[in-house]
Amino acid sequence: MSPEFIIASIVTIIGLTTPILLAGLGELVTEKSGVLNLGVEGMMLMGAICGFAATAFTFNPWLGVIGAAAGGALSSMLFAILVLQLNSNQVATGLALSIFGTGLSSLIGQSFTGRIVPQFGSIFPDVLAKDPIWKLLFGYSPLVYFALIMVPLTAWFLKSTRAGLILRAVGENDHSAHSIGYSVTGVRYAAIAFGGAMAGIGGAYFSMVITPMWAERMTAGRGWIALALVVFAGWRTGRLLAGAYFFGFLMWLELFAKANGFGNTMPFLQAIPSQFWAAMPYIMTVVALTLISSRGNVGASAPACLGKPFLPST
Amino acid sequence: MRIKLEKRPAPSTFMLIATPIASVLLTMLIGMLVFDAIGIDGQRAVVDIFLTPILASYKWQDVAVKAAPLIIIALGLSIGNRAQIWNIGAEGQYVIGALCAAGVGIAAGPDAPAITLIPMILAGIIGGAAWAAIPALLKIRWDVNENLTTLMLTYVSFQVLGYLVGGPWKDTNGRNFPATAPLPEQLTLPILFQGSTVHLGVAIALILPFIFWLIMSKSVFGFQIRVVGSAPHAARHGGFDAKQTIWAALLIGGGMAGLAGALEFTGSLKAVNLGFPSGYGFTAIIVAFLGRLNPIGCLIAGIVLAITYVGGQVAQTTVHIPNSTAGIFQAMMLFFILASDILIRYRVRFIPTKPAIADKKEARV
Repeated sequence: MSPEFIIASIVTIIGLTTPILLAGLGELVTEKSGVLNLGVEGMMLMGAICGFAATAFTFNPWLGVIGAAAGGALSSMLFAILVLQLNSNQVATGLALSIFGTGLSSLIGQSFTGRIVPQFGSIFPDVLAKDPIWKLLFGYSPLVYFALIMVPLTAWFLKSTRAGLILRAVGENDHSAHSIGYSVTGVRYAAIAFGGAMAGIGGAYFSMVITPMWAERMTAGRGWIALALVVFAGWRTGRLLAGAYFFGFLMWLELFAKANGFGNTMPFLQAIPSQFWAAMPYIMTVVALTLISSRGNVGASAPACLGKPFLPST
Repeated sequence: MRIKLEKRPAPSTFMLIATPIASVLLTMLIGMLVFDAIGIDGQRAVVDIFLTPILASYKWQDVAVKAAPLIIIALGLSIGNRAQIWNIGAEGQYVIGALCAAGVGIAAGPDAPAITLIPMILAGIIGGAAWAAIPALLKIRWDVNENLTTLMLTYVSFQVLGYLVGGPWKDTNGRNFPATAPLPEQLTLPILFQGSTVHLGVAIALILPFIFWLIMSKSVFGFQIRVVGSAPHAARHGGFDAKQTIWAALLIGGGMAGLAGALEFTGSLKAVNLGFPSGYGFTAIIVAFLGRLNPIGCLIAGIVLAITYVGGQVAQTTVHIPNSTAGIFQAMMLFFILASDILIRYRVRFIPTKPAIADKKEARV
């Protein structure tokens, strides 16, 4: 294996990881507040098209990212109103959001098909960003660094800030949080909006970074992988980062096996079908969830109120 | 003015029936306004999506063929939902059902007698049920959340499908396209009306709701499912076994989805390819909710959703909107039905605003 190959592979894995890391971080915060939003795929697609459209209108990818976050967050509000105001079933509402976002993004995107938008320039000087070795650190889209910065920020927010503590309290015991005067609904609105915004930015990675073009359903099911990721990580931020790169590695293995990449050097690996790698994130998530559910001592647990509607007793 | 929710002494039957109808009508109205707002002829779009498939008799067979899998899957799901078991992986169970039917067909060979259809369909039911048995086992043994596992297994099933149709089961005469060989004529489901596409599966989808209705309303089993869902404590005291209910809910849901997959394969598509999972398993969740988890309701709701599928294709050519736009309408129906659920158990009261002092103050810490 040549160094060029290794560098190219790492660059690919980071590209595959970033959207699920972004969407996963958002969903983690949402789930920590006790809300299970299965609409990630729909919110990602809404973010992808809104980011693309905002860039097409403003010719500024930074404004595009804001548009993507707004698109994701606004669509998540549909879910939030139903779930928080009308106590609707979270699972069904989330699925509806995914179907809705897929349809609406296709409809909006119709007039943008075939258009190309300006892309992000590199944020580091070309000496570093275009260098065959240093690009490994400096050659990525700003969204990659944004995702990486958001990991410790989210961890710090959840662990060390008052607001993060309240958010976790709402997710672990909504009735207690309510009785000591915190607004369960308000906290959950904010958490859902954050999840939507992050999913939106994750979706925009497809329409603004991977290809600067819009295509229907371009997130290709990554929203579901992001959902799996949160569970696989056991609702822990650090593990989410590790899990995202691990899932990214599995996705890379899938692509590599599809391109018959193992054929020349490692025929024994080529004997494993590419679908095996593609199925692994989901299988491992089921295994991880089983471990988490069967014994509490793996250092992780689902938020106690996850998926349950909050009905104040008064 | 304040809005207050007041619990009804008993769920409102009127609201139970009125809200699904209102949801469909509201979806049409809001859809029309939204489409107009984004510069598409909204009235035309709504007419084409909701009415053309009903008015144009040549579209009826498409509606019937699309409604069949939706109804069959929704029947199974509504039993689970009644028992508060959330199987959202019907799409995967549907795919595995079709694959099991295809496997039996391939094993039997191209010259197999027509009677092979029976083991093929049985294999579909068993396959779908077996796929749903994994989440059932995990839930019973370790209390693993079934909505996450059923969903995850759906995406595993897509890879199983991709592997089989792209590898061992790939049609050798198929120009390297990942799909199984087309079913031999005698192994396809009989057509009900000469010259149409309406196959035996449609008849099964019309009969099953009545069988399910009988089971749910007249049998002890149906009573058990309803009690476990609505009053779990009472169910425990009454000696109903929670484990048994989980098994029943998931195996019936999976079995019905598997049946739908086998029927769609043998009746409609006649080969399995990568496009086989078309979202029926997810749309059937909308059908179950819109049909209020009632078997006859599922029958009607399945037809309504099938209409939007067929109408979506009509609108694609007439007002030039993407095919997936039908999903907007389908999701809106589910949004409205979920939003209106609260009206069944609660009465909405509008209370004039009192002076500020009387307002409930948020306690502060």
